[in-house]
Amino acid sequence: MSFLVLDKLTKRFGDHVAVDALSLAVEQGEFVSLLGPSGCGKTTTLQMIAGFVEATSGSATLEGRDLLSMRPAQRGLGIVFQSYALFPHMTVTQNVAFGLEMRGVSRAERESRVAEALALVGLAKLADRYPRRMSGGQQQRVALARALVIRPRILLLDEPLSNLDAKLREEMQIELRQIQRTVGTTTLLVTHDQAEAMALSDRVVVMNAGKVEQVARPDEAYERPATPFVAAFLGKTNRLTVDGAEVTVRPERIRFCNEGSGMPGRVAARIFQGNHWLYHVDTGSGRVIVIRQNAGDAVPAEGDNVRIAW
Amino acid sequence: MTAVDPHPGPLPRQRVTLRPWLLSLPALVLFAAVVVTPLVMTVVLSFHDFSTMGGIKPVFILKNWHDVFTDEYYREMFGRTIRIALWVTAICAVAGAPEAYILSRMSARWRGIFLLAILGPLLISVVARTLGWALLFGGATGVVNQALMKLGLLSRPLPFMFTETGMVVALSHVLVPFMVLSVWAALQRLDPQVENAALSLGASHATVLTRVVLPQAMPGVLSGAIIVFSLAASAFATPAIIGGRRLKVASTLAYDEFLNTLNWPLGAAVAVLLLAGIAAIVFGANRLVERRYASVFE
Repeated sequence: MSFLVLDKLTKRFGDHVAVDALSLAVEQGEFVSLLGPSGCGKTTTLQMIAGFVEATSGSATLEGRDLLSMRPAQRGLGIVFQSYALFPHMTVTQNVAFGLEMRGVSRAERESRVAEALALVGLAKLADRYPRRMSGGQQQRVALARALVIRPRILLLDEPLSNLDAKLREEMQIELRQIQRTVGTTTLLVTHDQAEAMALSDRVVVMNAGKVEQVARPDEAYERPATPFVAAFLGKTNRLTVDGAEVTVRPERIRFCNEGSGMPGRVAARIFQGNHWLYHVDTGSGRVIVIRQNAGDAVPAEGDNVRIAW
Repeated sequence: MTAVDPHPGPLPRQRVTLRPWLLSLPALVLFAAVVVTPLVMTVVLSFHDFSTMGGIKPVFILKNWHDVFTDEYYREMFGRTIRIALWVTAICAVAGAPEAYILSRMSARWRGIFLLAILGPLLISVVARTLGWALLFGGATGVVNQALMKLGLLSRPLPFMFTETGMVVALSHVLVPFMVLSVWAALQRLDPQVENAALSLGASHATVLTRVVLPQAMPGVLSGAIIVFSLAASAFATPAIIGGRRLKVASTLAYDEFLNTLNWPLGAAVAVLLLAGIAAIVFGANRLVERRYASVFE
């Protein structure tokens, strides 16, 4: 039996079905992302697991034990909130020590575990600061340390990086992945950012309107999307009708080719994006997005007639 | 982080610094005319002499101040004023802070209704509200006293009129909305997820309240306490109605000196001392709050 098992977990708010019979099995040590647009039910799912929202029906078991009948305090989960939800009136050390204090851990052990957790997230020097005096990235690390220090059975991350700027977010992704590998905690991440989900997870759960669209490895879901929704949500995609059949092609798989092969088209727009060029090509079966790496070669200009193939 | 302006322009001329003063001039003139001037005149008045025969004499003497500070009678009045204000502040904090927390946890619709219920009384004159208490508890004819006596729960009416307890009860009733609003404002800034975070870390609901919610509400409780204390210490209508002339506080004492004894200089000394006392306590408390919470809340 898997470590965490969600079976037909459902949440209704009045007539609205927020989460519709979600079933999922997560293995110990796995990093799984719930990915979807806002309102798809991913956060509600996380809150049902955490115990902040009561499930309408279905079950959730952790190591074979029913999770839903436990109070949030008993579930032993580490949670990092989107707003970080740090205690503003406590220093970093006090924040991180709070969970240990609630568990009756002795002062000496508390101190060494807090120091260990702060070292893990690289904040040992800021132990006596108050959260208001820290940057978003630092607060985020405190929240992570606070969640990990109690040695949670599962780490729940609710859009943990969405309040950071793009560059910092990328750094934190790498760091988060490293930390998770180090401590080996089973992790469930909720995010609307497909790049983040793909970068971090062993498996992604793509959700839409309360239902699971696909559960797969990130590369699998990207290359072989189970539904048009998954294809469109995981990066840019072209849907073309070729010879009466609908095909889905990723923009980076399309190349320009010589006269006599491929599909004719005209470059409607060309946008430089540093490491790659983005083209909009008008063809007989509609507009096609093409992404070509910037290899320093000569590139077609706007208005050029080209031929594309994949 | 240091931001460096890549295109530093010419420095603004110094003349500009005059503008804020010019802009606030009308307000400053009004303030000087209607607040500072009468206040200074009151202070000056407190040093004048008074006799029943000769009236007010514009001389400089310390008699009034000497009386106010040494006479047991005045000490009793000021002691009572501070005692009542402290009790009212404590009761408002104990009643108002939980009320504000419950309010902040309500759904928007119910919150609107309850907020109206809390603030509604502020629309009614303090005199009317205090007279209401007098009707309920005023001696043997008070409605509640009569009912309780008829039920056999009391043999004598509850003493309310002309008691400090009566003043404290009536003033708390009048002032508790200020505490609720102040604490509520502090709780508005509280991230609702913070309570969930504490729960997930193993805290019980009681621990969440004492360790997480209350400390964050404390700046609101303290600023509410400052408001309630200063309003209670300077209240006039409620002590005048409940305490009458039998049980005076500083403000009713000053009123009596001005309008009954006609000893304006003495009344002025009492009024100035009351003002200075409240100002000292309020500024002191404010400084304390700011220092205590500066690093936590901006």
